[in-house]
Amino acid sequence: MLVRFLRPFRAPVASVLALALAQSLANLYLPRLMADIVDHGIVVGDTRRIFEIGGLMLVVAVIGTACAVGASYFSSRVAVGFGRAVRDALFARVARFPVHQFDRFSTASLITRTTNDTTQVQQVLLMLLSMAVTAPMMAIGGVVLSYSQDAGLARVLLTVIPVLGLVFLAIMWAAVPLFQQMQAKIDRLNLVLDEGLSGVRVIRAFDRSAHESRRFAAANEDVTATAIRVNRLVALLMPAMFLTMNLTSLTILWLGASRIDGGTMQVGAMMASLQYAIQILFAVFMVTAVFVTLPRAAASAARITEVLLVEPEVTDQAVPRETAAMTGLVEFQDVTFQYPGAEEPALSGVSFTARPGEVTAVIGGTGAGKSTLAGLIPRFYDVHHGRVLVDGVDVREWRQDALRAGIGYVPQKTVLFSGTIATNIRFGHEAASDDEMRRAAAVAQAAEFIDAMPEGYDAPVSQGGTNLSGGQKQRLAIARALVRGAAIYVFDDSFSALDFATDARLRAALRAETTAATVFVVSQRIGTVMGADRIIVLDDGRVAGIGRHAELMRSCEVYREIAESQASREEVA
Amino acid sequence: MSAAAAPPRQAPSASPFGRGPMAGLGVPAQKARNFKGSLRRLAGYLAPHRATLLVVVAAGVISTLFSVIGPKLMGGVTTTIFEGYLSRRLGGAGINFAAVSRTLLTLLVLFVVSALFQYVQQYLMSGVAQRTVYALRQAVEAKFSRLPLRYFDSKTHGEILSRAVNDLDNISSTLQQNLTQLLTSVLTVVGIIVMMLTISWILTVVVVLTLPLSVMVVSRIAKRSQGYFVRQQQALGELNGHVAEMYAGHAIVTAFGHEARAISRFGTLNHTYYDGAWRAQFVTGIMFPVMMFIGNLGYVAVAVIGGLLVTRRAIAIGDVQAFIQYSRQFSMPISQLSSIANTIQLTVASAERVFELLDEAEEPADAPDPATLAAPRGDVRFEHVAFSYRPETPLIDDMTLAVEPGQMVAIVGPTGAGKTTLVNLLMRFYDVNAGAIRVDGVDIRDLGRGPLRRLFGMVLQDAWLFSGTIRDNIAYGREDATDEAVVQAAKAAQADHFIRTLPENYQTLINEEATNLSQGQKQLLTIARAVLADPAILILDEATSSVDTRTEVLIQDAMAHLMRGRTTFVIAHRLSTIRQADVILMMEDGRIVEKGTHDALVAAGGRYAALYQSQFAGVAS
Repeated sequence: MLVRFLRPFRAPVASVLALALAQSLANLYLPRLMADIVDHGIVVGDTRRIFEIGGLMLVVAVIGTACAVGASYFSSRVAVGFGRAVRDALFARVARFPVHQFDRFSTASLITRTTNDTTQVQQVLLMLLSMAVTAPMMAIGGVVLSYSQDAGLARVLLTVIPVLGLVFLAIMWAAVPLFQQMQAKIDRLNLVLDEGLSGVRVIRAFDRSAHESRRFAAANEDVTATAIRVNRLVALLMPAMFLTMNLTSLTILWLGASRIDGGTMQVGAMMASLQYAIQILFAVFMVTAVFVTLPRAAASAARITEVLLVEPEVTDQAVPRETAAMTGLVEFQDVTFQYPGAEEPALSGVSFTARPGEVTAVIGGTGAGKSTLAGLIPRFYDVHHGRVLVDGVDVREWRQDALRAGIGYVPQKTVLFSGTIATNIRFGHEAASDDEMRRAAAVAQAAEFIDAMPEGYDAPVSQGGTNLSGGQKQRLAIARALVRGAAIYVFDDSFSALDFATDARLRAALRAETTAATVFVVSQRIGTVMGADRIIVLDDGRVAGIGRHAELMRSCEVYREIAESQASREEVA
Repeated sequence: MSAAAAPPRQAPSASPFGRGPMAGLGVPAQKARNFKGSLRRLAGYLAPHRATLLVVVAAGVISTLFSVIGPKLMGGVTTTIFEGYLSRRLGGAGINFAAVSRTLLTLLVLFVVSALFQYVQQYLMSGVAQRTVYALRQAVEAKFSRLPLRYFDSKTHGEILSRAVNDLDNISSTLQQNLTQLLTSVLTVVGIIVMMLTISWILTVVVVLTLPLSVMVVSRIAKRSQGYFVRQQQALGELNGHVAEMYAGHAIVTAFGHEARAISRFGTLNHTYYDGAWRAQFVTGIMFPVMMFIGNLGYVAVAVIGGLLVTRRAIAIGDVQAFIQYSRQFSMPISQLSSIANTIQLTVASAERVFELLDEAEEPADAPDPATLAAPRGDVRFEHVAFSYRPETPLIDDMTLAVEPGQMVAIVGPTGAGKTTLVNLLMRFYDVNAGAIRVDGVDIRDLGRGPLRRLFGMVLQDAWLFSGTIRDNIAYGREDATDEAVVQAAKAAQADHFIRTLPENYQTLINEEATNLSQGQKQLLTIARAVLADPAILILDEATSSVDTRTEVLIQDAMAHLMRGRTTFVIAHRLSTIRQADVILMMEDGRIVEKGTHDALVAAGGRYAALYQSQFAGVAS
C-alpha cells in the first residue's frame, strides 16, 4: 500500500542501487588489488609494481567513497521525500474526515500515526536504502570474486552465510516473543505509575500509599526479570557472530595452506579471501541489524495504511447545487441516524422546522442524541433515512464549504488554537474588521476580560488555550462563531463553564444579536431552554415532545421528569 | 483514571543492538549541569554490584585480550605458509603443516574462550544494569509517596512521567549497552596499538596517523550536521504542534471550513522539515563512507609500505595481513567511543533529572508520637487559619469556623473559586501557614497523616478508579472488607443494580480508560467506596453535568444516605443541598468572602445573595 508513494522516486532509487553496487564492487576490489601487490610485487620483489597497484587502490577507494556519498545523497532524499509524501497524504486524508470517522480513531492515536509512525517508516526506509541494499551485493559479489580465485574457499563462504543467518534467526525467534512480553509488562508498569499520579489525592485520602507501592514493586520486579532474560538471550548474538567470523578465517587459513602447498592457489589470494569473508559477514551483520527494526516499522506502516484506507463518507456531490446566500430555514424530515457499529440508532424519526428569528432548544439526558442532532446541521455526518434541509435544499446537495460558511457552531468541548485572541476570533471570519471582531467579543461577554489584558486582542493564546480559564475559553469560542454573521447558530451545551450571572447576560445579548438568525441551543439545564420558541425533548434518540415550556410541562412526561429532577436545584415551577 | 496523554513509551533497549554505533552522533546533547556529581551519584547505585562488576571487567579484559591476539597469530600462520611456499619453489621441504595446525588450534581455543567471556560479560551486565534500574525505579516510586501534593499540583503529569519513564529508560539502555562497550572499546584500541607496536613501529605510525584525521573529519561533519539537526528538530516540533492542534480541534476545523488552510499550512511545514531533514540525514550518512575512506587510506598505505618492508625483509608477509586486520578493527571502537561520549552525556543529564526528583523537598514527617482518636465524633474547628499557595497572593487569613458533629457545610462559588482549597487543608494535602485545624479537639498536625485521612471519606467529581475489578475498587477504602460488606455498600450507593447487569458482576474488570462505565456509574462506585470506608467526616463534590437525569437521582439518593449522621463538607451546586446546609461558605477568587446560613446570607444582601438572585433570574427569563 505504501509502496505507491515510492513510485515517483523510481529514478533516484535506481541510482541508489547502481551506486551501492559500484561501491560494493570497489570495496571488494581492494583486497583483490592487495593480493596483486603480494603475488606480483612482494613475491617477485618488484617495488615499482607495488607503487603502481597502490596508486590504483587509491583511485578505487576514491571511486568507492564517491559512490557511497552519492548513494547517501539519493537515499536521504528518497527516504525523507517518501516520508513527506506519506505524511502529506495522511494529513490531507485525516483533515477531511467527517467528524464521526475521525472519532473512530482517538485523537492521540491519529497524532501518533501522523508524526511518529511516518518518521518510523521514513527512518527504516533510509536504513534499508543505505545499509541493507549493499549487503546482498557484497555477499554475491564477494562469493563470485572468491570463486574466481578458488572454488573451495568460496564454498566455505557459501556455507557460513546461511549458518550465520540461522544463528541470528534462532536467537531472534526466541527473543521476539520476550520483547513483546516485556512491552506488555512495561505498559503495565507505566499504567500503575500513571494511576498513582492521577489518583494521588484518592490514594492519600484512603491512606493506601503502601498498597500502591506494593503494586508498583510487583510490576517493577516483573519488568526487571523479563528484561534480564531478554538481554541475556540477546547477549548471545555478538559472541556468536564474532566466533563465526573467526572460525571462518581459521578454515580459510587451513584450506589455503594445503592449496598453496599444492600450488593451486597464491598467498595473496588467500589473504584476499580472509578479507572478503570479513567484509561479507559484516554486511550480513548489518542487514540483520536492519531486519530487527522491520517489525516495528511494519506495525507503523500498517497503522498508517489503516487510516489511508478509510474513505471519507461525507463528500460533495460531483456537481453540487449552486446555492444563493443562506437565509437559515432548517427542516428535519423523519431523520434517522445510526453511528457505525452501534446497535441502536442515535436518532430516529426526528422531524421539525426551525425558522429564522426563532430559538430552538434541544434537551434530554446524556446519550439522548442532542449533540448528534446538532452535528447533522453542519453535516458532520449523513443521515440514514429522511432528510435535513437548509433553505429547502438537502444538505447533501450543498457544497460543504458553502453550507458551513452559513453556520456558526460552538462545540461542547471548547477548542482554541495557538495564536492571539484576535486570530482565534477571526478563525470564524478571516476578513472580519476590528469593529466586527470587538462587537462579537462584546456580545459573547468576552470584551471585559480581553480589555483587562495588557496586550488586549493581541494577547497570546497558548496551544489549547491553556492560559485561559474555562469560562474565558467558552466565551471566545462563542465570539468566534458570532463573528461569522451566520444565518444559523448552533450552541452545543456551550454555556456550561459560565457562572449564572454571565450566562444570563450572555443569553440576553445573544437574543438581541441574532434576531434574524435561526438559533439552536443544546442543553441539559431546564433554565437554559425554558425561554426558547421551541423545545425539542429527546429521549433515547426519539422526540418525546416538541413545544414551549408551559405546553411541555403539561403534555410531556419526559420533560416534566427532567424539570422535576432539577426542580430542587433551580426551582422551576 | 487519567485523561492525560500517555508519554512515549519505549522498551528499554528495545533493539538488541542498542542505538547502534552511529546513533547520537551529531544530535546536540543535552548537557548535565553537574556532570561529575551526578555521575558519581549514579555510580553509587552500581556500588552494591561491585563484586559482579569486577568479574565483568575481568571477563572484558580476557575476552578483548584473546581476540586482539588473533590477527597477529593468524599473520604468523600466513608467514609460515608463505615461507613454506617459497622454500618449495626453491626445492625445500614446503609448508610446515605441524606448525600451522598447532597455531590454528591455539587460535581456535583463544577465539572460543574470547567468545565465552564476551558472553559472560554481557550476561552479568544484564543483571547489574536491570537491577540498578530496578532500584532507581523503586526509589522514584517511594519518593512519589513522600512528596507533598504541592509538587504534583505544580507539575504536569507528562513532566513527572517523563522523568520516571523516559529518563530511567535512557539510564537502563546505557547501563546495559554502553558501559561494557566503553570498556571493550578502550581495551581494544589500547590492545591493538600494543599488538601493532610488537610487529612494526613504522606501520603502527601509519595506522595511528589515520586516527586524528578521522577524528577531525568526524567532528567537522558532526558540527555541520548538528546545525541541520537543530533545523530538523525545530521543523518537526512545529509540524507536530500543528498536527496536534488541528486534530484536537478537528470538529472546529471542519465546522469552520478550515480544512484546505490546515492542509496547505501542513504542506509548508512538512516541506520545511523535509528540507532540513534530508540534509541532516545526508550529512550524517556520509560520515560512514568518509570514515571508511580514511580507513581505506590506511589500508592502502599498509599494503604499499608493508609490501616494501617485506621486500626489504624488515617484516614478514603475515605481518602485513595482521596489520590490515588491525587497521580494519581499529575504526569500529573509535567511532563507538565518540558516540558513547555523547550517549553518556545524555544519560548523566537523564540521571540528573531523576536525582532532582529524588531531592525534592518531602512532606514534613508525622509527629513522632502521633495522637489517636479512638472514637471520632466529627467535630471540626478552624482556628484563625491562614493559608496561601504562594506567599505573594494570600488566600485565607484568619478564618475561624466551628462545625459540630453531624453538621453540613456547603462550599459555594463559581468555577475556579478555589473550593478545593478547604479540602486540601482538611486532608492535610497542604499545611496551614498559621492557626490550626482541630478534629475532636486535636490539632490535625498531631495526628499521623494516614490515621487523619482515614477519618475522612472523599467523593470527588472526577471519579478516580484504577484498573482492576469493581469489587477491588469498592473495597479500596477497607482492605479486609468481606464480599458481603462490599455488596451492602454497593446497595447503599445504588450501584448494586447496574453492577449486576455487567457481564461478570463484581468481578468485572474496569479497563484502562474505564470506558466500560458511564460517568454516573463511576461516581456511584466512588460513593460505594466511601460507604464501605465508613468515615466520620465526609467530603463530597456534587456533579455539575454529564450525568443523565435518572442516574443523577440515584446519585443524590446515595449521597443523602451517605451523609446521614456524619459531618459533611459539600462542594455544592444544588440549591436544595445549599439550603439544608448548617453553614454556607461563599468563595470567590480563592477566598472565603461570606459565611453563614442561607437565610442570613440572603438577608445580608452580599455576594451570595447576588449569586442566588442571578440563578433565579436565569430560570425565570
